[in-house]
Amino acid sequence: MNALFTTIDDLLSGFGIPAPIPYIVVTAIKIVIVLVPLILSVAYFTYWERKIIGWIQNRMGPNRVGWKGLLQPFADVIKMLFKEIVIPANSNRFLFLLAPLVSLVTAFSVWAVVPFSDTYVIAEIDAGLLYVLALTSLGVYGVIIAGWASNSKYAFLGAMRCAAQIVAYEIAMGFALVGVLMAGGSLKLGDIILAQQGTSVLSWFFIPLFPLFLVFFISGLAETNRAPFDVAEGESEIVAGFHVEYGGIAFGLFFLAEYANMILITALTVVFFLGGWLSPFAGIGALEGTLLAQPGFHWLAAKMVFFMFCFLWVRATFPRYRYDQIMRLGWKVFLPITLLWIFVEGVFVALEIGPWAA
Amino acid sequence: MSATLITTILFYTFAAVLVVAALGVVTSRNPVHSAFFLVLAFFQSSMLWLLLEAEFLAVVLVLVYVGAVMVLFLFVVMMLDINVEELRQGYTRYLPLGLVVASVVIVEIAHVIWFRSQDLPLLTTPAARPADYSNTKELGAVLYTEHVYAFELAAVILLLAIVAAITLTMRRRPGLKVQNIAKQVAVRRDDRVRLVKVDAVKDEEG
Repeated sequence: MNALFTTIDDLLSGFGIPAPIPYIVVTAIKIVIVLVPLILSVAYFTYWERKIIGWIQNRMGPNRVGWKGLLQPFADVIKMLFKEIVIPANSNRFLFLLAPLVSLVTAFSVWAVVPFSDTYVIAEIDAGLLYVLALTSLGVYGVIIAGWASNSKYAFLGAMRCAAQIVAYEIAMGFALVGVLMAGGSLKLGDIILAQQGTSVLSWFFIPLFPLFLVFFISGLAETNRAPFDVAEGESEIVAGFHVEYGGIAFGLFFLAEYANMILITALTVVFFLGGWLSPFAGIGALEGTLLAQPGFHWLAAKMVFFMFCFLWVRATFPRYRYDQIMRLGWKVFLPITLLWIFVEGVFVALEIGPWAA
Repeated sequence: MSATLITTILFYTFAAVLVVAALGVVTSRNPVHSAFFLVLAFFQSSMLWLLLEAEFLAVVLVLVYVGAVMVLFLFVVMMLDINVEELRQGYTRYLPLGLVVASVVIVEIAHVIWFRSQDLPLLTTPAARPADYSNTKELGAVLYTEHVYAFELAAVILLLAIVAAITLTMRRRPGLKVQNIAKQVAVRRDDRVRLVKVDAVKDEEG
């Protein structure tokens, strides 16, 4: 893969194209290689979600468009593209149209630092973990701007709930990541994966950091406003929350951003706690040399698919939390757990117990 | 195009947007618009810090100010029903004070510009660091060794502010019905439900 990019770079430079342009072209190609599959997986994630929830509830799920309903996502996208975008009266037109873009741009730009294999990452920046935290915290502006610019009570209430929830859970999430970076010894996502490389699955961070792993994944559910924490949408109380006034593809962009964020949370969980693209079968004699023992993108994808299934499983299983209980869980349960475990981990590191005995 | 030219172009773009956003903060009639302009201004200044290779500070500025402080700020501004006309009434009254502050700031900026034009040796631009130089690691190393007392003092002062803010705003009203969650969770089936075994009744009359 990287050899191909070097070839393109050399080729463009060979034609006498000045310095930064070949680099920009190669980066743009890299971005397309990430974004197109991402958008496609969002499309099929929605299909899969409806199928799985259908099966859990003893229904068929979509099965009319295409073989087994496989073309359903495309039918949905085409429907949304051809619908009119209604802009509410007395709303702020500029901010109203800006909001879905803010959501989408922040959701997509975090993918720049996600390592897909040991060589493929768009931008290997040094403060990768901080970049992830900063960009995910920017995502809340899409929601706030949408809720405020809609000039609607439901949208406004939804935006307020969502903002408070995201700020609350971001703290728990940030503290969980402090634990990860204490164990990984680096802010670079690739280095965090390499730090988990060991003899077997047992060296992955989800074992020594088990409480933080749980807190991170559940905070991820809350950050992406998924069930059981989806009070920002709360169909039964505030119709659809912050995007109640959006229709057509403007709503579609929010939808895309939400699902891209969900897939991102699964990718981050895998990178931080489950060894990213490392293979769980590495070092087992019988499998040596086969694809199963090879580290690579297929392992990242397989682990991500498992967590994506967990998102849907949780949604179909648990009833929605009450809002005050969401806040209680974030501030009074998760925050103390993460603080306690960081302290425990600090003691481990100082005494060189367990995986930190260097 | 050389790297310095690109950096210059980026700098002036970010700086121009920053100035426009800063002007927007003070000239907007709607306080929510002002807050959004402030968000944009923070974001642009973090871009300028990135250009200065201070990536840790840049990302933390976005994380803390844009991601948390401004969200809470917007929260309050959106909830308040601010009457802009009423706020503007005292405008001329504070004009002299405002002019004094503004002129002090202008003199200070002019002083810095004059100072930098003097070609003093201590103001030479430091050489660019190599790509694998970790700003964060260096900052951490200095912060936790040389400046550890100042750092801990700042942490204690912040903690004090949090505790003070909570004690100032927390009031317990009498007669308020609140749930005791520990009690709710501790409930067992036998406390609430009584299972009664009722014998089938034999119909004697029919």
